[in-house]
Amino acid sequence: MATKVFMEALSPTMEEGRIASWVKQEGESVAQGDVLAEVETDKAIMELQARGEGILRKILVPAGGTTEVGGLVAVIAAADEDIAGLVAGQQAPPAGAAARPAAAPAAPATAAPRPPPAAGAREPSGRVKASPLARRLASEKGLDLRGLDGSGPGGRIIKRDVLAAPTAAAALQGKAGEWEDVIPTQLRKTIARRLVQSLGPVPHFFLTTEIDMERALDARETLNAIGDGKISVNDIVIKVVAMALRQHRECNAWWQDDHIRYFDDVHIAMAVAIEDGLITPVIRAAHAKSLRTIAAESRALAERARARKLQPEEYTGGTFSLSNLGMLGIDEFTAVINPPEAGILAVGAVTEKPVVVDGAVTVRRRMRVTMSCDHRVIDGAMGARFLQTVRRMLEQPLAIVW
Amino acid sequence: MSKTFDVIILGGGPAGYVCAIRCAQLGLSTAVVEREKLGGVCVNVGCIPSKALLHAAWVANLVRHDAAQLGITTGDVTLDFGVAMKRSRQVSEQNSKGVGFLMKKHKVTVVEGTGVLQKDRAVKVGTDTYTASKAIVLATGTRVKGLPQAGLELNATTVISSDDALFLERAPASLAIVGAGAVGVEFADIFSAFGSTVTLIEVLPRILPMEDAESSAALAKVYKKRGIAMLVGAKVKGAKVAKTSVTLEVETSGKTQSLEVEKVLMAAGRAMNIENLGLEAAGVQLSDTGFIKVDHHLRTTADGIYAIGDVAGPPMLAHKGSREGVQVAERIAGQTPHPIRYDNIPSVTYCHPEVASIGLTEDQCKERKLDVQIGKFPLSANGRARATNETDGFVKIIRDKQYGEILGAHIVAAHASEMIHELVVARENEYTVEEVDLAVHAHPTLSEAIAEAALDSMGRVLHT
Repeated sequence: MATKVFMEALSPTMEEGRIASWVKQEGESVAQGDVLAEVETDKAIMELQARGEGILRKILVPAGGTTEVGGLVAVIAAADEDIAGLVAGQQAPPAGAAARPAAAPAAPATAAPRPPPAAGAREPSGRVKASPLARRLASEKGLDLRGLDGSGPGGRIIKRDVLAAPTAAAALQGKAGEWEDVIPTQLRKTIARRLVQSLGPVPHFFLTTEIDMERALDARETLNAIGDGKISVNDIVIKVVAMALRQHRECNAWWQDDHIRYFDDVHIAMAVAIEDGLITPVIRAAHAKSLRTIAAESRALAERARARKLQPEEYTGGTFSLSNLGMLGIDEFTAVINPPEAGILAVGAVTEKPVVVDGAVTVRRRMRVTMSCDHRVIDGAMGARFLQTVRRMLEQPLAIVW
Repeated sequence: MSKTFDVIILGGGPAGYVCAIRCAQLGLSTAVVEREKLGGVCVNVGCIPSKALLHAAWVANLVRHDAAQLGITTGDVTLDFGVAMKRSRQVSEQNSKGVGFLMKKHKVTVVEGTGVLQKDRAVKVGTDTYTASKAIVLATGTRVKGLPQAGLELNATTVISSDDALFLERAPASLAIVGAGAVGVEFADIFSAFGSTVTLIEVLPRILPMEDAESSAALAKVYKKRGIAMLVGAKVKGAKVAKTSVTLEVETSGKTQSLEVEKVLMAAGRAMNIENLGLEAAGVQLSDTGFIKVDHHLRTTADGIYAIGDVAGPPMLAHKGSREGVQVAERIAGQTPHPIRYDNIPSVTYCHPEVASIGLTEDQCKERKLDVQIGKFPLSANGRARATNETDGFVKIIRDKQYGEILGAHIVAAHASEMIHELVVARENEYTVEEVDLAVHAHPTLSEAIAEAALDSMGRVLHT
């Protein structure tokens, strides 16, 4: 029996694919699982595998051609089989049904009565039909609704589809011995993609300095004693970095391939750890905000981030990033730049250390920070001068009001 | 007249006649076999006439107790149950005729008589045999039954059923109602308003035992104020039936008391109309609980025979039966209807104030160890309720703590029966409490209490 070969959704976000090359040619015999073609998706080159066996009778989309997911790209059939009807009918591929053939073997478990597979939850416009409860469940589980089949009216994704989803995913997870394979969530995928984009192509270099925090901490204690909202060390660092960047615009910039965009305003992106990932909400115009405002904003943003309630505009548009692992007892670390930003400051813990002051050994509270710089934007001395300003301001915190 | 139809439906109640209309809409030739009146219990001796009497009861209470406060003074108020009863009969007649009209309009053949199943998808009515080429649908319903084991055999004079109560010419001086479910509670409302001394007797620990405990308590408080006696956790141990009175032996918490009343209304339990239906000959089996055994497509154990409504199992509600009728009609026509969500069928008691609910009660949530957040809003804080002098009751929404899913909702309010549907729609579409709040509610309405209860479940109630 003839097997239609469809363009498959090889990534959860893939909408169309380009045939990079045909591995099998017309007339070649193919077995189930053979790689038929290499397909370029929005993210990578993937293999399109045969889901039937026979002869690759007809290639409908030549190498270099693009078609939407679900589009008919080839026909596998017996050598003498009449495929004229199949080839002629290629204008109307059963999009919903064919889009995810790979998932089919994994999810036959639920025997609940299902309405006929309508158009699928995905409408031509790209809108996903899902109930509010299903959306909420999916967002908390980090599931992409676009990967699910809906069993509600008109293919709407409802609660039980989301609840059934991990079962389908679990079926794909190999579990043996001492490791566990977990299919990354969309968030984890985004993190992975963004960071590979960073460390790979971005030429990083790192600058470390140790800052005496005695005065900054005294200032913090004094301010907190006033009692009108608490200020953290991190809030002070945000404020100081923002003010320092106003003096070092060369570090407050985006690499844009054919140009560098320098910003006048400083929008600090602060890394917040959330369940299964991290996100960087942005404190806008931090240089212009009072310490108290920054403290309130950073706390609110972190809370909303952990509740996964941030709106896109709340975590995009940063011009420089801060990552603080001090509260987790890390003395010093390097952070990966969040492109297109050109720099990120990794902040360690404040620890008491013996240091030499005026020729005598005394115990001081010290903090180590490491700046990662994109060498395409920031040169060594440039970064060093900026870091020097940061250190001076933290050591003389009165500079904040200067 | 052709004696072969695509579909033959036994029973013209709310399950059967709605099934017939839907079959006709889908182009199936359809016959309904009915031995009494079209519309079934619902239209003739159930939902509809009782609502007519409840309305009369509401007006009676309004005129007697509230009118003066509203600046309306009446002379001596005379209550005549007979007149109210006759009007309720007219309403029933009109509705039954309406069903007949609908059958005509949709070209559904109505066969008068008792249908008996035969082999090979045939039905015998009297001497005529009708055959169904596609399917037979059993929708014969249930009827009231007495408690013969306690000496309370229905006799239509002193020990009466709800059917009899609907035809009384006058309200009895005293009335004991056995069973404080929806039926018992509604009749207590009616007869108390018409001057009877009413005692509700319930074997379970509270009136409306299937409702949320808070709903039961709220209604009990109102009934107590109205002078309706309620014996809960009470068992009828024996009865002496005399010509014009009945003496009941009622046991509550180990103590037995005797209660002499003019009439006893049996409002507990219903019997299935399946005797002599020919189930065995046709191969239709019963389930362990005594209902007709059906699968989730409402197919019985006999090929081509479906069962809907009361005979197919609980909840025994007209709207559940009607929906099953639609479901089965579409399936017979080859469609794949969306499955019925049996956990999302509203339950309503039309007493004053009304009690309505959807989903789980608080106790059920506890039994299932669900992590819930409860939002509640009293009608005493609702402007509209104050304006109309109907501040008894509340709206209670039980939501899942993590996702905001509406697990259950309970309303005690003057118009709870109309209000509950907002939450039925919400649950059917899987809206969370947030969507309920986001929908702007008109002011001033009782429905605002729903939005407030949703807000309260999120800790953001505005008006308390």
